[in-house]
Amino acid sequence: MNFDLTSEQQMIRKTMKEFADEVVAPGAIERDRTKAFPKEIFKQLADMGMMGLPFEEEYGGAGADTTSFAIVTEELSRACASTGITYSAHISLGGAPLHLFGTKEQKEKYLTPICTGESFGAFGLTEPNAGSDAGGTETQAKEDGQDFVINGSKVYITNASYAKHLALTAITDIKDGKKEISAIIVPTDAEGFTVLDRYEKMGLNASNTTELILENVRVPQENLLGKKGNGFRQFLVTLDGGRIGIAAMAVGIAQAAFERALSYSKERKQFGQTLSSFQVTQFKLADMAMKIELARNMVYKASWLKDEGKPFTKEAAMAKLYASEIAMEIADQAIQIHGGYGYMKEYEVERYMRDAKLLEIGEGTSEVQRMVIARQIGC
Amino acid sequence: MNIFVLVKRTFDTEEKIVVTGGAIQEDGAEFIINPYDEYAIEEAIQVRDAQGGEVTVVTLGGEDAEKQLRTALAMGADKAVLINTEDDLDELDQFSAAYILAEYLKDKEADLILGGNVAIDGGSGQVGPRVAELLGINYVTTITKLEIDGKTVKIVRDVEGDSEVLEAELPLLVTAQQGLNEPRYPSLPGIMKAKKKPLEELELDDLDIDEDDVKAKTTTVEIYLPAQKVAGRVLEGDLSDQVKELVSLLHSEAKVV
Repeated sequence: MNFDLTSEQQMIRKTMKEFADEVVAPGAIERDRTKAFPKEIFKQLADMGMMGLPFEEEYGGAGADTTSFAIVTEELSRACASTGITYSAHISLGGAPLHLFGTKEQKEKYLTPICTGESFGAFGLTEPNAGSDAGGTETQAKEDGQDFVINGSKVYITNASYAKHLALTAITDIKDGKKEISAIIVPTDAEGFTVLDRYEKMGLNASNTTELILENVRVPQENLLGKKGNGFRQFLVTLDGGRIGIAAMAVGIAQAAFERALSYSKERKQFGQTLSSFQVTQFKLADMAMKIELARNMVYKASWLKDEGKPFTKEAAMAKLYASEIAMEIADQAIQIHGGYGYMKEYEVERYMRDAKLLEIGEGTSEVQRMVIARQIGC
Repeated sequence: MNIFVLVKRTFDTEEKIVVTGGAIQEDGAEFIINPYDEYAIEEAIQVRDAQGGEVTVVTLGGEDAEKQLRTALAMGADKAVLINTEDDLDELDQFSAAYILAEYLKDKEADLILGGNVAIDGGSGQVGPRVAELLGINYVTTITKLEIDGKTVKIVRDVEGDSEVLEAELPLLVTAQQGLNEPRYPSLPGIMKAKKKPLEELELDDLDIDEDDVKAKTTTVEIYLPAQKVAGRVLEGDLSDQVKELVSLLHSEAKVV
């Protein structure tokens, strides 16, 4: 057993902590208000070589491990969860499927621009009637000569406005009444491909969430990602990794809420004492610190298992489920400690709560995580 | 261009510092590269990128300082040298540090040596100039701009908030002031490669230095935290009464006259 981060991981943490405090945090309230996508921040992250963090060097990546990815995602999310989710989706949903299932040619063509930051990474799975329930998928890709012709729509797709291409799931065949789902890489500037950025969200306002509409979009069949008919299975694997990202985001938000609550409670005086000298506040803060520690440990464990090539589906689901639920709780309690001030945007804790809520929903709801865990423990 | 940067590991003054028994508690303190040395590292990397050559970062201290050297390597320095004095010396002062560094540097044919203007812990600002003096080369302190053209170096230095423009010749030692540049964040590929870059560890023996030659010439009498700031007082009444009161307060309370 060894709980130490490697020297690289420590240096990444220190660098990203500084970057998050100095570059990401200052505009977070304003971006939440104006819904401005943090383009400049990502330009800097690209210059720092962070956009291809876990991918092979030959495609412009840095060959770092999953724990490092979790550290970067946590630190960015601590300062601005919109920046955190953009990064997490870019790596774990956009880049990862290409990295895992792409051919050498596909990686050169599609993974490289993701690593350099020239394109954001995105992933098209969710549909109006399908998410974790893949059977509801309606988007169709029909073979036509050398091409696929794709029709359908996707919802809640992160980063697509800034992606040059993305992988999406579509029905490629129906066998014995069962849908055969495959993954196909589609350039976002293809004819008939529309990306709509028009949602009004509860939080994560500076992240890009889109609808995709595909009307007779034609791509060559060589754009098939992985094996035909394996689309859904591939996406389950991808989501396992994505859940580590969501869990790391949750730890970051929870940490931010805790830090705010701790420092406020040491300054704020009522009845002649600081809030932190009241046992009721101390207990709240102690619980927060404990839950964050547990959540972070679970994120690291899932990351470690993944890097060791061991099964990590259960642990990733546990990390995601636990971290997102405690992030919500801690954000709620941080507001409570702030009292009326906490309800004001200026104090940031209300944003943490709005941002954290998505983490109990995206990449599999808390209920779906429990289903995954239940299946893993043999129910 | 053969470039050396003198780097010091210091505690982070933005984090909580605890003093017990006349010493700063190292447990729980955060350690960083002295911020002024970061400007020096950044400038060295920029000069190398423009002129070619090699950047070597040098520090004095114990094993722990390896972290700060690796950070400098991750920023883009080529080589690092740790002169480990942990076993030989209990105390180092500006004299000992400068002597050891000069002994290390004397046969290195450095074209340019950079350091921070001061370290945020000791704050003496002496080591850089002393090293230059021992090496017999020019030095310019608190610089905010550096332009190299052949052997000639154009420098702007900060003089109490004003600027002084001057020219010097290589080889040269300069110390960096805030405003010289914006130190970069280490890049991820830089971090991943930092471990593979050469880090040489030397002891006093390797430099043929006798412990007695570098014995500190100063002693630290006491270390204490600045007094807690208390609210100021505004004197009232007639001007002449105020002056009288002020003088008596300066005498009896502040004990400065």
